[in-house]
Amino acid sequence: MSKLQIGGTDLDSRLLIGTGKFPNKQIIPRVVAACGTQVVTMALRRVDLSSQEENILEYIPKDRILLPNTSGARTAEEAVRIARMAKAMGCGNWVKIEVISDNKYLLPDNQETIKATETLAKEDFIVLPYMSPDLMAAKRMVDAGAAAVMPLGAPIGTNRGIKTRELIEILIDEIEVPIIVDAGIGKPSDAAEAMEMGSAAVLVNTAIATAEDPVAMAEAFSLAVKAGRIAYEARLGVESHQANASSPLTGFLFEGGN
Amino acid sequence: MSFFHIYTEYKNLDFEKYLDQVTEEDVIRIIKKKIGPDDFLNLLSPAAEGCLEQMAQRARQLSLQHFGKAVLLYTPMYIANYCVNKCAYCGFNVANKINRKQLSMDEIEAEAKAIAQTGLRHILVLTGESKAKTPVSYIVEAVKVLKKHFDSITIEIYPLTEKEYAKVIAAGVDGLTIYQEVYDQKIYDKVHLAGPKKDYKFRLDAPERASAAKIRNINIGALLGLSNWKKEAFFAGIHAQYLQNRYTDVEVGLSLPRIRPHVGIFSDIIPVTDRNLVQIMLAFRLLLPYASINLSTRENKNFRDHLIPLGVNKLSAGVSTEVGGHSKSSKGDGQFDISDTRSVAEIKESLIGKGYQPIFKDWMNI
Repeated sequence: MSKLQIGGTDLDSRLLIGTGKFPNKQIIPRVVAACGTQVVTMALRRVDLSSQEENILEYIPKDRILLPNTSGARTAEEAVRIARMAKAMGCGNWVKIEVISDNKYLLPDNQETIKATETLAKEDFIVLPYMSPDLMAAKRMVDAGAAAVMPLGAPIGTNRGIKTRELIEILIDEIEVPIIVDAGIGKPSDAAEAMEMGSAAVLVNTAIATAEDPVAMAEAFSLAVKAGRIAYEARLGVESHQANASSPLTGFLFEGGN
Repeated sequence: MSFFHIYTEYKNLDFEKYLDQVTEEDVIRIIKKKIGPDDFLNLLSPAAEGCLEQMAQRARQLSLQHFGKAVLLYTPMYIANYCVNKCAYCGFNVANKINRKQLSMDEIEAEAKAIAQTGLRHILVLTGESKAKTPVSYIVEAVKVLKKHFDSITIEIYPLTEKEYAKVIAAGVDGLTIYQEVYDQKIYDKVHLAGPKKDYKFRLDAPERASAAKIRNINIGALLGLSNWKKEAFFAGIHAQYLQNRYTDVEVGLSLPRIRPHVGIFSDIIPVTDRNLVQIMLAFRLLLPYASINLSTRENKNFRDHLIPLGVNKLSAGVSTEVGGHSKSSKGDGQFDISDTRSVAEIKESLIGKGYQPIFKDWMNI
């Protein structure tokens, strides 16, 4: 399986995980270990440096890359401020931009996200924007300096799978930076589907965090992501609903002794 | 536009008569789909009381999807109990001979330190209504002090104008809690005997003015026990939905305060049973899967613990309704008697025991 490269860093694992919604923080290191993820996202709004026990950063193993996200930002300006705070608080220079001004479906605002990407990429952040899958918006994010693009498979938390498949396939074909499917992935088979399509990685939170056994579910996701990636690299055979005759349309060209 | 137009559309509906003809089959059908205002009303019917388990299963699933196994903790901090209103149901009623107090900035700081020591990062600041004693400038000064100790500040004070909301937001306020108390306008007029609070519409539109001023969180509700609970719950629910539809970037929340014993004269309480309260909460969750549901210490410990998996995602903890109640020996009298008297540490432990993560910080001043 090939390595994934983001912002100049090689990653062996193609599964990124989120840290919200877990029944307790103590389980997070076990989840990380079970799935071997190398990139862990957390909402900066939840980072509490004033309390060691409550500080989410204490539960993320130090050898993993922190991906602070700007959850709660309603505009590009707020996202930029949150990203700068994350850097100042020692969370490194990776950032997942989330700009959401829709509290019902939590759908991202692509336009504001492009603006925030531009500002933060100029400040040497490794920027991973979360977005609604749209080709032009993705191109603009890449032009603005995005290190990867993270389209949603379905609205956050819905566990509904890759509902935006057609649009994500276009991004995979046309966008040169890695496409990471974020949000909507409800089961390991959804993750495998995204990987078979050619996504570079997936980000999973709700499906692991709200499972009865999050540690076992994290391992299941890790296996599915690997299987999907290996299948993609092995080039899947073409699907067909019937058995194929060898050359029904052009066979006549090769008949006879010419 | 104002929610008042929607209130007017429904206010003459005979709620009891309408709800009596709803069947259990109607309710079961509704639980399985996305619901609108009329479906929501059906969930408040007597027939729906027979379907609480099915409603609870769906509510739990929606809550997990939106909030996961996480519950935000906060505590109220009363900074003054001076009030010019005569509200029949409230301990702060101007006619009540209670011990009145207003904290100085130094006292607010001491109170803030005492609360912050428990680990809480979200605070709810309360006053009575007295523009002479606690004007907007006093609130702004208090917020500046509290900002040093907390990551999120919600106010529960008298209704302001949009400009005044903008002022307190600029000072560091990110949330507003304001209950209409009672949506039935006739009863509203009856229980608000005198004072600026008699202005029904100015209070009704307060959350909308704060939303227009770009506040982040709005929490509304009806004080259950003052009027027919089915009608009140219906209006509170569709009021929240109205606000969310118009102000998509605001996080809308609902509380279900049940009237508690207090110093006062109101005795015509219409009982709201535990079962009724659960039915309201589940109906709220099914109508607004994304809305916060907030549960205060008006309810007892055992009941609160059971309600969490049904959809509660905000809980108050370590509560005192007295002015200076967290730090001072000479306190002002409280607004009402609380029922769950557990400390922050005790509530935290209880949440963990139930498989829920207590969240102390979910915002910061940016």
